[in-house]
Amino acid sequence: MVDAKLSRRTFVKASGALGALAVAGGSAAAGNLFGPAVPKAHAEEADDVIWTHCHVNCGGACVLQCHVKDGEIAYVESDNTGDSSFGGEGFQARACLRGRSIRRWINSPDRLNYPMKRVEGTKRGEGKYEQISWDEALDTIASEFKRVKDTYGNEAVFIQECSGVEQNFMMNNPFFRLFNLVGGEVTRYGNYSNGALNFGAKPYTYGDSWGARSFRTLAPGELVVLFGNSPSETRMSGDGLGYDLAVAMEKKGVRVICIDPRRNDLATNHEVEWIPIFPGTDAALVAGLAHEMIKENLVDRDFLHKYCVGFDEATLPEGAPANSSYEAYILGTGYDKVEKTPAWAAAITKIPEARIKKLAHEIAEAKPCFIAQGWGAQRHTNGDYAARAVMLLPQLVGQVGLPSTNSGMREGNSSMDIPTLPTGDNPIKEKFPNFMWPEAIEWGEKMTATNAGIQKGDKLKQPIKFLVNYGNNMMSNQNGDINTTTDILRDESKCEFILQYDVVWSDSCNWADIVLPDLTPQETWSLSASGENCDHKGVWVGRPTSEPKFERREVYEVCAELAKRLGVEKEYTEGKTREAWMHELYDEFREDNPEAPTWDEMLTRGIWKKDSEPDNEVDPYIVDPEANPLETETGKIQIYSPELAKMAKEWELPEGDEIYPIPVYVPGHDGPGSETEEYPLHLCGYHTKAHTHSSYANNQIIQDAHRHNVLINPKDADERGIKNNDKVRVASKQGEVEIEARVTKRVMPGVVMIPEGAWHDADMQGDKVDKGGCLNTLTTRHPNPISKQTGQHNALVQVKKA
Amino acid sequence: MTQYAFHFSGSRCTGCKTCELACKDYHDLGTDVAYRHVYEYETAGDWKADEAGCWSVDGTSYYVSVACNHCDDPACTKVCPTGAMHKDEQTGIVSVDTDRCIGCGYCHMACPYNAPKVDRTKGHSVKCDGCAERVAAGKKPICVEACPLRALEFAPKEDVERNNKDSEVADIAPLPSKGYTHPNLYIVKPAGAEKADEATGKVVNTLEVK
Repeated sequence: MVDAKLSRRTFVKASGALGALAVAGGSAAAGNLFGPAVPKAHAEEADDVIWTHCHVNCGGACVLQCHVKDGEIAYVESDNTGDSSFGGEGFQARACLRGRSIRRWINSPDRLNYPMKRVEGTKRGEGKYEQISWDEALDTIASEFKRVKDTYGNEAVFIQECSGVEQNFMMNNPFFRLFNLVGGEVTRYGNYSNGALNFGAKPYTYGDSWGARSFRTLAPGELVVLFGNSPSETRMSGDGLGYDLAVAMEKKGVRVICIDPRRNDLATNHEVEWIPIFPGTDAALVAGLAHEMIKENLVDRDFLHKYCVGFDEATLPEGAPANSSYEAYILGTGYDKVEKTPAWAAAITKIPEARIKKLAHEIAEAKPCFIAQGWGAQRHTNGDYAARAVMLLPQLVGQVGLPSTNSGMREGNSSMDIPTLPTGDNPIKEKFPNFMWPEAIEWGEKMTATNAGIQKGDKLKQPIKFLVNYGNNMMSNQNGDINTTTDILRDESKCEFILQYDVVWSDSCNWADIVLPDLTPQETWSLSASGENCDHKGVWVGRPTSEPKFERREVYEVCAELAKRLGVEKEYTEGKTREAWMHELYDEFREDNPEAPTWDEMLTRGIWKKDSEPDNEVDPYIVDPEANPLETETGKIQIYSPELAKMAKEWELPEGDEIYPIPVYVPGHDGPGSETEEYPLHLCGYHTKAHTHSSYANNQIIQDAHRHNVLINPKDADERGIKNNDKVRVASKQGEVEIEARVTKRVMPGVVMIPEGAWHDADMQGDKVDKGGCLNTLTTRHPNPISKQTGQHNALVQVKKA
Repeated sequence: MTQYAFHFSGSRCTGCKTCELACKDYHDLGTDVAYRHVYEYETAGDWKADEAGCWSVDGTSYYVSVACNHCDDPACTKVCPTGAMHKDEQTGIVSVDTDRCIGCGYCHMACPYNAPKVDRTKGHSVKCDGCAERVAAGKKPICVEACPLRALEFAPKEDVERNNKDSEVADIAPLPSKGYTHPNLYIVKPAGAEKADEATGKVVNTLEVK
């Protein structure tokens, strides 16, 4: 690569006397090289360069150096410290296009400036609000809290997740800290990202996060097989997983196979093989691969016998019936009695039989082999099984727990451990599955451990009556089936009070009773660890880029005001401001990392990076499985889960849902084979580069560069008379959107794809047609049978020219 | 004269457009003007079903990030009626003298890389100047420093050639054949890239490359 110093010298030399002027006079003089009238981007130096970072829920936490002039960010640089070379020793947390465009978002016309309340006499969803004072807003919130607490108990209080401010020491902790001082609140478990994988698959297979390794552990020439995984798009930062995989491909000659319904951005430009798969059929592919491996004697039976239970009849746990092993399922002697040949799998996955057979041999012969799934495969209504099936694949060939292998779950990542604002103790223990919060409003008191996966208790005591949304867009955007969800919210007798507290007027604000204006994380004090990456460790300290404008106020201080009204101010603040907490928590971090700079140093330098190497040792369980058992019921890797076998008998499931102890293929609701004349196409969601979930989706400059559209194959488009860039209507049983069509060979026939996160924009008193093209207008509310988590990124649809 | 040149590692690019947006941030450009843009190109090819209804597809897709290539033989300067669009004798940077520019748009129409644009509110042409003030101050152009994949470089042509011995002057679709303007853009080809004069496919993100 080019030497920066050399470039500069040569540039100056080439410019002769004017070049010397350029150096002496800074940027203003440099313009002389190109004529006096050439506009200069930044003729004057900034008043200050303020280090802060991006805080949204992409997994990254990229560094932003904000060049501030007259109290406004003039432009942004990112992390340009240390080694900038591709695959070099150090790392740079370079922001992606979203962080680079932060000043347009901070100055967005959608910013909230004042507290607002819903106009009396109007319904939720009508969108009529009036400005009120902070005192009125805070008094109302406090009195509503007291009323709900007195009427229903603290079990009726719920704080939603805060995806918009995820990478931060503060997050929505102030609300938890406050409510825990006054009786607590009901809580959730799981998340929208990987709920099925982490709650429907992992606990029953490995017990805990086990066997995951980062891309930095890849061996030269190794085979990497990815299911529904595009780190080039989902981990885009300069220190992200996409970067490290690109380095491994170029520097180590790593070979990658992407199995995905869409040619994702890992399978463009790079020498990556794309195998298109019909969405929701990953478990069928694994079954077909297993069949070929069994028939060709490619499975590692020694590994399976020593470390796993339930692959074959010989290793079934006690109490399991005959022919309940995975091998019996594959060979057609158990379960549905159908042999899962590659031809059987081909008919379901739409992958040619010969390619399935070849893939079985490629995976079995590769040593080491690195198999990982993104969070696409599990975000279907059969996602619990898809996730477990992909996890099974490395087990079949003994490629888990060894160096340069992976668990079949998401590739490993780690970051720095930074303490967050303490939240105290919550006396209420019951937890419900994250995805089911609308159900917890509608029939919470009937939700039990066996019909809705309630944990830490047998049932919920109360439906949700008091709902806090801080830093999220969950009400009408980021949760499955917007039209059903908002019907629940519209009825004020169900959830009696809804607070929305955000930086911008997202569509969720239209469902709130009170709306509060927040500061962006860049306008206040912040402390974060480097993002999810391949063991690149760093800590970032952010200073406010400006004074608060209008009547915007940050969350810690606002909760202190509420604490005053609820009589617990002293206990809540302990006499500390947000900045003081941050200083204290940083010092706490320094106790474990004494080599880190002092607080005062951090205020000026902004970032600190620590060298670290990823773990690539043989796992203790592999070294000695008896001495180091896994956290499963059997202590082993469970291909057959006795926990699931028990749940299959005891749980009450909706019609069509079933629980199996092994990772079978089931089509799931609206899955493959359920197409109708009315809805013949399968819709699948994916993550776009234009926004992080719904964060930044209102920042027009990015949306203009990555337009929101539905990907449709030329065959399906031609049948419908649809041309590239045409406006189309996409309709499912749940709703209808208007959106631009991208006619592209990057998506397989029969499948259309829409990125999640675009802002819902519909007349909810009228036709409800969503002109914003939000994926969740079309998706369902059907949770996975085991995890009860997000299975919503599949739906059956029709597409028509608008 | 020291001619400056861009280098694009097409085998690293993921089409994220951080280069384009960092440029827009630094140069304060709106939604209607971009100095750098990223083509999404699809080669010819079709989806074919076998007897079992299983799919295979040939052809591929790839991204190409391009700004002004400060060409050896620029099309824009040739058509400029006032001489406002000119190539700097010292650095080879092509830029516009805004005092002389009448905003006629000939440069925009002539450039096969879609580099100069006419900003109607300013009344003159605008384009990439290689972030001259940053380079003079010892920095990289903002797009180069922004790329998360380190897929862009900008340096004197001889340095680019010396440090990227396997790279070639850009001659791939959807860009024009290098013979038109002799661009100072060196590339590592994206996987599956087609030669410029053997292009079979088309740009699919037409509304994103203004």
